[in-house]
Amino acid sequence: MLSYIIRRLLIIIPMALLVVTLTWVLIRMAPGSFYSGEKKLPAAIEANIKKKYGLDKPVYQQYGIMLGNIVRGDFGDSLKYEGQSVNEIIRRHFPYSATIGILAYLLALAIGLAAGIIAALKQNSAADYGSMSLAMLGLSVPNFVLGPILVLIFSLWLYWFPPARTGGVLSYVLPVITLAAIYAAYIARLTRAGMLEVLRSDYIRTARAKGLSELTVLLKHAVRGGLIPVVSFTGPALAALLAGTVVVERVFAIPGLGNIFIQAVLNRDEPLILGIVAFLSILIMIFNLLVDISYAFLDPRIRYE
Amino acid sequence: MAENVETVKGTSLWKDAWRRLLKNKLAVFGLIVMIIMVIAVIVGPAIIRWTTGYTFDYIPPEGELIKSFPPSLQHPMGTDDSGRDILARVLQGGRISLMVGVISTIVSLIVGVSYGATAGYLGGKIDNFMMRVVDIIYAIPYILIVIVLLSVFGGPNTPEWIQSIANSLGGGQGLSQIILLFFALGLVSWLTMARVVRGQILSLKNQEFVLAARATGVSTTSIIFRHLVPNALGPVIVYATLTIPSVMLSEAFLSFLGIGVQAPFASWGSLAADGIKNISVFPWQLIFPGVTMALTLFSLNFLGDGLRDALDPQTRKF
Repeated sequence: MLSYIIRRLLIIIPMALLVVTLTWVLIRMAPGSFYSGEKKLPAAIEANIKKKYGLDKPVYQQYGIMLGNIVRGDFGDSLKYEGQSVNEIIRRHFPYSATIGILAYLLALAIGLAAGIIAALKQNSAADYGSMSLAMLGLSVPNFVLGPILVLIFSLWLYWFPPARTGGVLSYVLPVITLAAIYAAYIARLTRAGMLEVLRSDYIRTARAKGLSELTVLLKHAVRGGLIPVVSFTGPALAALLAGTVVVERVFAIPGLGNIFIQAVLNRDEPLILGIVAFLSILIMIFNLLVDISYAFLDPRIRYE
Repeated sequence: MAENVETVKGTSLWKDAWRRLLKNKLAVFGLIVMIIMVIAVIVGPAIIRWTTGYTFDYIPPEGELIKSFPPSLQHPMGTDDSGRDILARVLQGGRISLMVGVISTIVSLIVGVSYGATAGYLGGKIDNFMMRVVDIIYAIPYILIVIVLLSVFGGPNTPEWIQSIANSLGGGQGLSQIILLFFALGLVSWLTMARVVRGQILSLKNQEFVLAARATGVSTTSIIFRHLVPNALGPVIVYATLTIPSVMLSEAFLSFLGIGVQAPFASWGSLAADGIKNISVFPWQLIFPGVTMALTLFSLNFLGDGLRDALDPQTRKF
């Protein structure tokens, strides 16, 4: 197990570099650059700036320097926000994204698990059909449609919550619900399917035959096995949560990393793009590893060599 | 004779699946909505033009003070900022949204099926390597890369070969952006397809009909694509049906960010994105494209679920 974890941790580094390389190649392959904007710089100034950022060197050297810096965790300075290092920018804006991301995932987990377990226990009942149809609706309404509609109803008509970030706790309610909707739906569906499968398996029959109470069977035996599909969804969910936060941050004007990333891409702020891509890739891969490790605790049949 | 027996057996399998599908009310609902939606999107714009004269880009003459009208008999979905009929725009946008969904799914099908089938059939080290590659790409937050790809290659920077395809189809800049979308979305959604197909091929490749094909000297390519892939069609169809709504959702997301479908073209995503700006004053600008899109995705998801239950009784959700 330990050697498995170490091996997986070591793979993360080359993979993150691969992602960064891919992004770098894409940025460099496209014509134009940060400096080819509307305002043309005088040639001498442009040459000086390029020298400062090492853009006058041959391309392979630039690639080597870029990769070397990233390995050392130094992403350089942003081109757009002069004098601010990429590390600073990430440190400043990531907490916003992390807060709404974590809150949304917890909310989705609570709603999704409850709905999924109830639907599985009362299979083919009105509760089952109702919650599954609601889940399908959650999967089908794009979050950038859901968000503004929630704003329209709860902010502009009912005045319950602010329509954009004001700093208060209340201003987090609508963004978190918007972000959580689709994950709650996914988790509910996965939980239902997983629970239905587990409830039919032999070890549940054994547990019942031993005379355990239905509640013990459910909580101690069934939920643990039925959760595996939900846990394995955590990895893809995190990656998708990223896309979700980009939307939610835009809709609710939250200064999170997703918003900054889109700005950086539109500005072609190369160091900032690469820094954010590297940071988020590593984050997601570490979470994927944690997910894989947690399997072993949920299902004793899974072993890693 | 032998051929006859085979075809009869083949149709009965599909007929059986069809019968199971028709028993699933939600799937039938999805199927009917999708049929109506596809017909509406194909003939709708022409009907509206004949009956009312509105097209998706018809801007009424100047002189009217308020141009965004709420829904009325004349404009069932209201009009947008420039006075254009939203129903006509939603139908026209549906063409683009559905087209992006279907064509990107076909791209992902071609790549995913060939890749998965090859890995599954060849097996051993090659399979191991090919699937490791899939695992690696899987771990990449591809949405970041798609955003970078579309924004650096979008607009005037579209590669020439894409521009020439767009020009030969009679469209300009807007069309080449859409073609770029097909590839960008198709090329990131083939991974699960490859895994699904590989799993199927692994379970099929040791069966007698493959051995018979190999014994009669059929080439590897033709064993994979003539004998194995058609037998794995069920799960492939199911997964393709579920890929369409997820691709459409991605397209809408990118259009919302302003790097997807661009004017003069419009999709449900870009229409909804335009509507968001005026949400407090003209909510119908968001609600109609948004609801149409949600209804379509809802139906496709139900249809995909129903197909899975019908074609693949083993993975049934009980």
